[in-house]
Amino acid sequence: MTDRVINWYKYASPQTFYPLAGKLIPWFWALAALFGIAGLTIGFLIAPTDAQQGEGYRIIFLHVPASWLSMFIYLVMAFWAGIGLAFNIRLSGMMASALAPTGALFAFLSLWTGALWGKPMWGTWWVWDARLTSELILLFLYIGFIALQAAIDDPRRADKAGAILALVGVVNIPIIYFSVKWWNTLHQGASVSLTKAPSMAAMMLWGMLLCALACWMYSIAIALMRVRTIMLERERHTDWVRALLSGNGHDTSRHP
Amino acid sequence: MHWNSFAEFLAMGNHAVYVWGSVGVMAVLMIAEPMLLVRGRKTLVARLKRQLRAEQHESVANRSTSNTHRSQA
Repeated sequence: MTDRVINWYKYASPQTFYPLAGKLIPWFWALAALFGIAGLTIGFLIAPTDAQQGEGYRIIFLHVPASWLSMFIYLVMAFWAGIGLAFNIRLSGMMASALAPTGALFAFLSLWTGALWGKPMWGTWWVWDARLTSELILLFLYIGFIALQAAIDDPRRADKAGAILALVGVVNIPIIYFSVKWWNTLHQGASVSLTKAPSMAAMMLWGMLLCALACWMYSIAIALMRVRTIMLERERHTDWVRALLSGNGHDTSRHP
Repeated sequence: MHWNSFAEFLAMGNHAVYVWGSVGVMAVLMIAEPMLLVRGRKTLVARLKRQLRAEQHESVANRSTSNTHRSQA
């Protein structure tokens, strides 16, 4: 039992995690490229025309993955922030900080592709309805998290303040997800649901799922890259970072 | 293959602006993010190496001055 606890903490130490993350990054990039090519090929070259929306519906292959990831990354970010707050593990706070910018990127892309989809289909770029407004709040939560952490010099205190903001903001995620059910909105219902068969052609569904997987792999690769940079910055006074910088580390050859 | 011609593919059934406007912005941002990260990382590593060298230089200088002090004493 105690052995297991020690092992757990070993992987939670930046010194062990840093080279491990470095080895994983190329694999996640390869998977992202693979899923991305497959998803975009199906979505843009093979999938049939939508009966109601014509070819304009193809924005779905970007909009749905971006929206899913914007919500999912927030949950993962809040999870790491919460773990960091509860157990005071350095790596957790760094993971939360590493995820926030990519989450903000996907929240922005969700709104952008949504606006470009809304204009031809609804006749408007934007409406203040529940789904769109709660997604905009999600973008503001990400920006607030990043700004709050940037405003506090001490990383430990920045982590704590950010964690509280992230955890309070979690309440917004079910609001986004269920908004199309709870309120009368212009936004269409869920494209894919766990409880009933999807209401779309198989090719469309596959294209969407593969694009979502690509975005997921992209997010992991990016988060690992960013967390390594954060580690170097925050741990710059430790022996392992000094050894790495002066060329005694293991993987300085590939990732300086 | 769903399309009859490349022109038809580009036209996206008269929704070209919306579809390609989405694809373009998403592609640009998802290419820019890793590029900015790599650049930021290089800058950071260079800065940290410089600081480390400066520190080591300083500590060597300090040691040599303290040695000369000792030999003088």
